[in-house]
Formats: sequence, structure tokens, C-alpha cells
Amino acid sequence: MSHLKLIIKREYITKVKNKAFVIMTFLSPIIMIALFSVVGYLSQLNNNKERTIAILDDSGLLSEVFKNTKTTTYNILTETSLEDAKTFVKNKEVYGLLHVMAAADTSKLDSAIKFYSKETPSLSVISSLENKLEKKITDLKLQQSGVDISMISASKTSITIQQESFEGKKTSKIDNIIKLAFGGAAGYLLFMFIIIYGNMIMRSVIEEKTSRIIEVIISSVKPIQLMMGKIIGTSLAGITQFVIWVVLGGVLLVVISSIFGIDMAAVQSPQQELLEQAINSNQLQTQAQHMVNGIYNLPLTNLIIAFLLFFIGGYLLYSSLYAAIGAAVDNETDTQQFMFPILMPLILAVYVGAFTVIEDPHGTISTIFSFIPFTSPVVMLMRIPFGVPIWQQLISIILLIITFMFTVWFAAKIYRVGILMYGKKPSYKEIFKWIKY
Amino acid sequence: MNNILVAESVSKNFGDFKALNNVSITVPKGSIFGLLGPNGAGKTTLIRIINQITMPDTGKVILDNSPLQPKHIKDIGYLPEERGLYKSMKVGEQALYLAQLKGLTKAEAKKRLKHWFEKFEIENWWNKKIQELSKGMAQKIQFIVTVLHQPKLLIFDEPFSGFDPINANLIKDEILQLRDQGATVIFSTHRMESVEELCDHIALIHKSNKILDGKLNDIKRTYKTNTFEVGLVTQNETQLMEDITNTFETSVADFKSLNNDLKLNIKLKDNETSNNLLSFLTSRAEVNHFNELIPTANDIFIQTVKNN
Repeated sequence: MSHLKLIIKREYITKVKNKAFVIMTFLSPIIMIALFSVVGYLSQLNNNKERTIAILDDSGLLSEVFKNTKTTTYNILTETSLEDAKTFVKNKEVYGLLHVMAAADTSKLDSAIKFYSKETPSLSVISSLENKLEKKITDLKLQQSGVDISMISASKTSITIQQESFEGKKTSKIDNIIKLAFGGAAGYLLFMFIIIYGNMIMRSVIEEKTSRIIEVIISSVKPIQLMMGKIIGTSLAGITQFVIWVVLGGVLLVVISSIFGIDMAAVQSPQQELLEQAINSNQLQTQAQHMVNGIYNLPLTNLIIAFLLFFIGGYLLYSSLYAAIGAAVDNETDTQQFMFPILMPLILAVYVGAFTVIEDPHGTISTIFSFIPFTSPVVMLMRIPFGVPIWQQLISIILLIITFMFTVWFAAKIYRVGILMYGKKPSYKEIFKWIKY
Repeated sequence: MNNILVAESVSKNFGDFKALNNVSITVPKGSIFGLLGPNGAGKTTLIRIINQITMPDTGKVILDNSPLQPKHIKDIGYLPEERGLYKSMKVGEQALYLAQLKGLTKAEAKKRLKHWFEKFEIENWWNKKIQELSKGMAQKIQFIVTVLHQPKLLIFDEPFSGFDPINANLIKDEILQLRDQGATVIFSTHRMESVEELCDHIALIHKSNKILDGKLNDIKRTYKTNTFEVGLVTQNETQLMEDITNTFETSVADFKSLNNDLKLNIKLKDNETSNNLLSFLTSRAEVNHFNELIPTANDIFIQTVKNN
């Protein structure tokens, strides 16, 4: 056992002391935050840019909907021909020209609108114009058919269905979003962790092979001890790196956003903006309330225990395979052909998680994939916030442990033979032969 | 028993390939045992079996009177042919790590390492990284790490490769010293002059089979052909040649001498002794050179391998 401890310690210390690792640990969050800030700053710039849009309304019906805002000035042109308006717009610092042709009646208005500009106009400008026009034309049409518009707006309703389970647990749509966020974050975290640190384990095995120290080491320790030591040591280094990333990232985010006054929430798509406009401040408050309730309602104990178990199980399952690949080849370029079958189930798991679990967390496909050991860690972690029966979790974890023990045994076999094989690039057939050695 | 290591009918297959076929060797305590054979003969497989890196398919290995077990790892020091060290790790840290893996405590390992580093006058290497050292320098560290835990059995696979003559000599002296202190050495090499110099026992493995083993001197005795190398001076060389070739089997010899000798290899007949030959020669010519031809390890190696 003390051998294992020694190996873990060495792996951990060499990883953590490695210059590239240190640089990555401290630089990554800085780069990420910097990128984020630049994007945030730019999109803020973009949003704040003042625009002038010229309007030429030959129908005389629509110009009243264009009211100046902080960022957009509408220049209503009258008594000019389209050609004059175009030259006017071209010569001035005007974003574009919206032209409404004269139309016999409102039903023809739909196809009588054109936007002229030097460059292709931005999507958000066009959709905001479209929104305004649609609303006005709809109103006009309704009016024409004799409908009282004030009655329509008075009867508009917005519904949030109150959800309650038979056990009396109250949930809402927001709860579901929170569940998705938690499950998705856990699953994705595991996915990233496997890819980053699995690769690191693989490289460290290859390094031992190329530096030819491997035979010296395994005359002292069992190959499986070396392999497990490597996996555990590298994982501990990985956890250290992750924790630093989270802490440093959080601190930097707070510092930068307070110094530069960049509202990180401003980094979002126009659709979200529109959504937010729809929700008034009163609703926002109740939403915050809902959110707190949602987090409170999560099966937290279950989530944490399951996260630990599935995370460790899934990670060990994959990293032992990475170690086996490292042992089978001589250099990193030869790893490609073996990487594919490892990445396949991982990517599949993330896809299943992203599409099926969101759609129906307890549907057949999600359930099946949360039992298959190679996809279960990711898929099950995504499902658990929605409440998965304990027996399902138990079966899944038992299957995972059995498979994990099998892969470690299998990887150890390949590892044991592979680390002493030099020179030739092995085929699958050969690797399966090694198991019998 | 006075044998440190006994391998009994060890066989090992890798798939369809037979790496070792029923090989048995006996290594006496305190000997320097040469494990010889051409490339790919199976030496490394046998060494790996002794080190418990691979398991034999059949047969058993007995170390110091008990079957090979994991606890024996600390009794063996192994310097593999394919050897290296962690490139980016410091010499001292690395040596400590490897010594601890062999079961030494950190304090003990440090003490012994200090002793060895002083002996080799390399104290200032402690904080250097391996990648800053030359190949020969790294080999020295590997040698120290191999012997540091004072194992009963030392296995060296091509220990002198990568060393200049001065350092090779240094290592050779260390190996002899370790033997004198009671360690047994198994020594695998292609360099027959070092076999000649160091080994008292040898085993020759060829194509997965052991084809020869025993004390080096005994083997030489069985391989000697009773041939003598002579240098003769006489007035009438033709007459002398005629006399000799009538009685003995001869061939032309080639050795360095100061005189303009007639150089011959002369083979004794089965019932004759060297004295018979000598008196035969002295009565006919002046004998400047008289030397029994003893087969070298190199000759034996080539001859046995070719015959099999």
C-alpha cells in the first residue's frame, strides 16, 4: 500500500510542479475572463451605439409607431420621393432607410415594406422593426374589421401552471430549469474532466515509456499499482486545478466586473433581451423567490452522494482506458485510432443528456442510457435532479462498479504488456492477444 | 544450498512465439554469472521472470531457497537494458523515490545516497534535472539506484553500454566490490571481453533454449583443442616443416613477435602431452614462443551458436 502512496505522491507533485500545468492553472481563468469581458464590453458597445433610421412612410399609416429611444433615433421623412430619400440616407450618417409603399388597404401593407442600407443590417435591428410593424398592422387590421383593441389587451392572460407532485412537493417551470442547470453542469463537468485529465494520464504513461524508466519502476512495483497511482495522482492534481480555476475565476469575475462596470448579464442574445422586456420587475422578484425555492427543492443529499459516486466511477472507468491506450502506443500520434472508441460513448452520453433528458428525464431512452455503464455517469447525473428512484440509481451504480472493475482489469492487462513493448504500432488484434499473455 | 537462484524448467510463450523453452539455470551464491546469447534469444524474458515482471507459463524460480514471492523485490537490484529516468525530475528526488519504492525509508535512502554521491564525486548533481545530464552521467545515477538497497542479487543487463572506458572501469570495480561484499551478480551482455574478465559462471541461451552452461573454466577446458602456438627459429625451415607436418596436424599461426619466426599452430595427438611436443621441437629448433591456445568466450559463443 505504501508503494501506491509513494506513486500517487510523486505523480501529484510532478504534475503540480510542472511549469505548463502551473501556467495553465493560472492563465486559463484569466484568459477566459478576459475573453468574456471583451465580448461583454463589445456587445455593450454595440447595444449602446446610437443609430438613426430614416423612415419614409408613403402609406401614412405606420410612422407613429416609431418613437425615439436612447439608442435609436427615427428620422421621419415626408414629402420626398424614394430616390431623394435614398440619396439623403446615403450621404448622411444614417443606418438605413425603411420604406413603406403606398397601399390601397391594410391587407396589402404586409408586402409593401422594404429596408435599404449600405450594409446588411443587424438581425436585432430588423427584428425590432418587424415587431413594431407587425403589432401596428395587426392592430390596424383588427380595427378595420371592427374589433375593439382595448378589449383584446384587457383579456390577454399569462399563465404559470402550479406544479405539485403527489407527495405535495411544489414545483414550477423555473424549478425544472434549475434542475436542468444542475444536472447539465454535473454531467458536463464530468465529461470535461474525463477528457482533460484522461489525456494527461495517457501522456504521462507514454512519457514513462519513452523515457524508458518503466522497466526500472515495475521491477519494484506491480503494474496495476503504478497504473492506479498514476490515475489517482493525476486526478488529485486535476481536482486541485479545478478548484483553483473556480476560485480564481469567481474572484476575477467579481473584480473585473466591478472595475470596468461591465454587466456580465448583458452578454446575451437579442431573444433573451426581448424575453426580459416581457417580464416586468414584479415578476422578476417572484422569479428570484422561485429560484431559491427551486434550489431548496432539489434532492441535495442524493445529488451530492450520487455526484461523488458517479463522478469517481465514471472517471476511473474512462481513465483506466486512457492509461491502457498510453501503454499500448509509443507516441501520442499513434493514439488517434484508439481514442475514437473511447470518445464515442462519451459524446453520445452528452448528446443524450442534452436532447433526451431535457425533453423527458424519465423517458425510455434516458432511462436506458442511464443504466449503460459507459454513458450512465453523465446521463444519470443529468437525470438525478429530476428525482430518480433509489433502486434505479443503485442498479446503475452497481453496473458501473462491475464494469469499472472489468475495465481496470482489462486495462491492467494491456498496460502490463504494453509498457514493455517498443517500436511497433499495435493493432486491435494484437492488443486483444496481450490479454492472454 | 549454496545457490542464490535456481530456475527450473522455465517456459514462456507470447501468443505463438516461444520466448523460453524449458530453461533451467543455477546461480551459485557469490558468483558473477554471465547470461549470454544472441539478440532475441530470450535473455530479457528470463530476467523479467526473475524480477517478477512477467510470470512464467510453467516452471519455477527459487530465490534463496524459497519460491519467488513479491517480498523478494527488495532482494533484487535490476538494471535493465532499456533504462531511463524521469527527464524533468531532479536527480536527488528521483533517486530517493526509486529507493523508497525498493523499501528503504527516506532517511536511510538519503544517507546511503549521500555516501554514493560522495564516492562518485557527484554531490553537485543532486538538484540537477536528468535532462541536463549526459547519457553516461544518467547511467551512473541508475547504477547507484540499482545497488542502493544492497540486494542479495544484482542483475545487470549491458551495464557498460554508454560509458566511456574510465567510467566503465569504475563501474566494473564497483561490481567486483559488491561481489566481494557478498552479493551475487547476474550479468547479461554481448561484450565477450567483459565476460572473460568478470564471469566465473555462464549460461548461453539461443533461440529460447539453453545450450550451454557451467563454470567458465570448465567450459573452456572442454572446448580446448590441445593446440599450441609456437614460434621457431632454425637454419633449415623446409626440413623442419616437413618433420613437423609428418608428425602433427598444423596450421599457420598469427601472433606478434620480435623475431622472424616460423609461426605455427600445432595440435597434439590424443595420447601426447605438451612435454612431448616441446622436446620434439627443442631437438630441432630454437623455441621462442610456446603457448597453449585456450578458447576465448568469444570463440565458444560463436562456435556454439553456429553449431545449434
